Amino acid sequence: MRARKNYFAASLLLCSVLPGVAYAEALIITGARIHTMSDQGTLSDATVLVENGRIVAVGNNVDIPDGATLIDGSGRVVTPGFFDAYSYFGVAEISLIEQTVDVFQSDDRFTASFELGDVINPRSTLIPINRIEGVTRAMVAPHSRSTPEPGASPITGLGTVIHLGSTENFIVARNSALFVELGETGAALSGGSRANTLLLLREALQDARDLAANRSQYDQGARRPYRLGRLDLEVLISALNGQIPLVASVHRASDIEAALRLADEFGIRLIINGGAEAWVVAEKLSLAQVPVILDPLNNLPRSFESLGSTLENSARLEAAGVTVAFSSGNSHNSRNMKQAAGVAVANGLDYEAALKGLTINPARMYGVDEKYGTIAPGMDADLVVWSGDPLEVTTFADMVLIKGRLIPMVSRSTLLFERYKELGGELPPAYRN
Amino acid sequence: MMNKTTLIITLLVLLTACSPPGGSGRGDDPRVAPNPDPFPSTYRPLPSETMLIRGATIFTGDGGRIDDGDLLVRDGKIAELGQNLVLPDGAMEIDASGKWLTPGIIDTHSHLGVYASPGVAAQSDGNEATAPVTAEVWAEHSVNPKDPGFAAALAGGVTSMQILPGSANLIGGRSVTVKNVPSRTTQGMKFPGAPYGLKMACGENPKRVYGAERQLAPSTGMGNVAGYRAAWIEASAYNEAWQDYLSDKSDEKPVRDLKLETLAGVLNGEILVHNHCYRADEMATMIDIAKEFGYSIASFHHAVEAYKVADLLAENNICASMWADWWGFKIEAYDGVRENIALVDKAGGCAIVHSDSSSGIQRLNQEAAKVIAAANRNGIPVLEEQAMRWLTENPAKALGIDDQTGTLAAGKNADLVIWDGNPFSVYSHAENVFVDGALVYDRNDPARQPRSDFLLGIMEIDGEIR
Repeated sequence: MRARKNYFAASLLLCSVLPGVAYAEALIITGARIHTMSDQGTLSDATVLVENGRIVAVGNNVDIPDGATLIDGSGRVVTPGFFDAYSYFGVAEISLIEQTVDVFQSDDRFTASFELGDVINPRSTLIPINRIEGVTRAMVAPHSRSTPEPGASPITGLGTVIHLGSTENFIVARNSALFVELGETGAALSGGSRANTLLLLREALQDARDLAANRSQYDQGARRPYRLGRLDLEVLISALNGQIPLVASVHRASDIEAALRLADEFGIRLIINGGAEAWVVAEKLSLAQVPVILDPLNNLPRSFESLGSTLENSARLEAAGVTVAFSSGNSHNSRNMKQAAGVAVANGLDYEAALKGLTINPARMYGVDEKYGTIAPGMDADLVVWSGDPLEVTTFADMVLIKGRLIPMVSRSTLLFERYKELGGELPPAYRN
Repeated sequence: MMNKTTLIITLLVLLTACSPPGGSGRGDDPRVAPNPDPFPSTYRPLPSETMLIRGATIFTGDGGRIDDGDLLVRDGKIAELGQNLVLPDGAMEIDASGKWLTPGIIDTHSHLGVYASPGVAAQSDGNEATAPVTAEVWAEHSVNPKDPGFAAALAGGVTSMQILPGSANLIGGRSVTVKNVPSRTTQGMKFPGAPYGLKMACGENPKRVYGAERQLAPSTGMGNVAGYRAAWIEASAYNEAWQDYLSDKSDEKPVRDLKLETLAGVLNGEILVHNHCYRADEMATMIDIAKEFGYSIASFHHAVEAYKVADLLAENNICASMWADWWGFKIEAYDGVRENIALVDKAGGCAIVHSDSSSGIQRLNQEAAKVIAAANRNGIPVLEEQAMRWLTENPAKALGIDDQTGTLAAGKNADLVIWDGNPFSVYSHAENVFVDGALVYDRNDPARQPRSDFLLGIMEIDGEIR
């Protein structure tokens, strides 16, 4: 209750100090509990200083420069903005309106090279709704339809990491991971059997390897034909080189083991996405240093490939030394990832590990941890000031900075609320705001 | 003189028959309405004992709160509620200090059993999508009591739920209200005395399933409304024919029609309408249709735009069963706001948190918590004990079981949850769940955690337990 009053005080303060100011030159948050997600750990009554979009200093003894905007963070908690490790931000607006959905395709001319970077709409209404609740970064990844269509491939394409803070220069890392579907979906996309998917992937990777070793012959048309096109093979080559990870959407323990064998065979950096039964093979994942993206709420045997689903999945993986990141799979409500992470903590996951799963872990998986994921000097200022424990369901983001930009706490949803919070009046609601 | 038992039996026969005494004096078969309960509940409470739960923070479910409160359970019922109650001789005492005690959570919108896990085609039993009006189907005949989702919901403190047909059809069929207890049969879960519900659906789904996918009616909003009205016209005539026959106004015995029988049950007030409807304008239309044909709507479901017509819902005494924050998956769900449930409540309406989800049903308390927080921070004061009504009293009212459950009051069924912390925290767990005073779930005792047959021997290849 106390935090709530503080919130109003803070918003008033910000409104009066920063009318319409997007980038504060220097902004300082004092007196907060700061989860740095770095070696500095968690700091009490600490200060973080932001200048020109970057974090300049964090700690208990930070000098306050003249003219800095001061934010009273007492009683509040500061974390990096949260990262949705598998999203459709900007590539799907209303799920059932296909014209607004660019996240899957069924044109077999392109597979691995299918890329979303140029079609992400940074003005999507999903972005404000989620960023005002603390989601600041996301992997925008190709998906697969629940009922696969002919022509669609289990190699779904390339994902791009974005930040949610701006309509300009919002791409953080274009084409930074390759996505494939294994298990039941992969089988449905490649001829009916899981074996088809693995064969298809092996063949594609062998062809890519062949191309990489024989480029001049290929250019002269003196190489055997490949099933995939040149652009697709180039992407597979970057996965073979270790430039980008291969993210395999897969649930069943034995399918995860097959993915591990494939990755080992080709020397590929593997990430497991979904991983309902990942805990069953936690030691193997740990040994191979393969991270897992999961939804902690997934605890029912919804399919025959997820019979071992449990709320303790993330806790068991973390205990075995596996790196865990989170995604709800529902980007309309990425804002609820924090609730899911809280449920994981309520079911045994270490608290700091849960916060890492929302921040630095996905950043490392996708190789974007140089500028994001911790609260440390030199990092992009993606900061959320929470009214309390960020994993608690009754806690809200009081303030959000993305790359130093103070995010207006407005969305389509808040505007609808403002319009309708009082019914009645002389004129219809359509005349309000 | 009749003894008491005979009198009761006679009254029951008269009630069941819906036929006035002396109404069948011509020596032919007595005029009786079809048996309204051909699949009767066989639910029996599990063994319980007299127990005193001591020292809890109690949310009574009707807006009340008792700090350091006690609750006495006897014969499966709540016997007494207050502070410093006396422990009766031989009663068990449960120390609940530092814990929270609430009524069992009630979900007005579940598809557990009709879309059982695993969600394979062979278990997709929720939509009889073969015609836009299938009032003749009953959800209970699709319920698979082996759905592992029931036990998961129990671990979330859910003690009763309405299982509905899906929303593919304008009129999808009868719902069934069950107690969340493990049973070999669906009849063994059926909530004794609970009225049936009728599932109706507005909006996109029927249009898409029939118009867009099959070039059949309905294909538009106006087609939807024509479809409901045509069904009610038919049902009104059928109902009238039966009333005339049973009251001797007519000698023609109507031919029994399962579809119209259910719809007539609505017109007679015996079956409650549960209406899937997202948009404000469509809710207003459905209210007018109900008035046209003389029935009432117990609850709108999903009601993503309920906040736009919260006054209308309150005026018409219609509940709204809502999510905390689902939005955007279709255009009729595009206008979601976090404060929807609180705004319906504030207008004096009957606000309900529902799940429509085998995952969401496990955390309805957390869904309510998100609304409490959103409302308070945006100037709509909501106390936790008030919000408890969204989870217990109001859903009980919408399902017509509020005389038996939904609040903590003397004489009500002892459907209870002891939480190990504030139920509106993400970290809290339902520790003990009681249905009719019987301990049906204990988080700390695997022997009191029901587990579906389906899960046996699947992840335990060598027979190890979990």
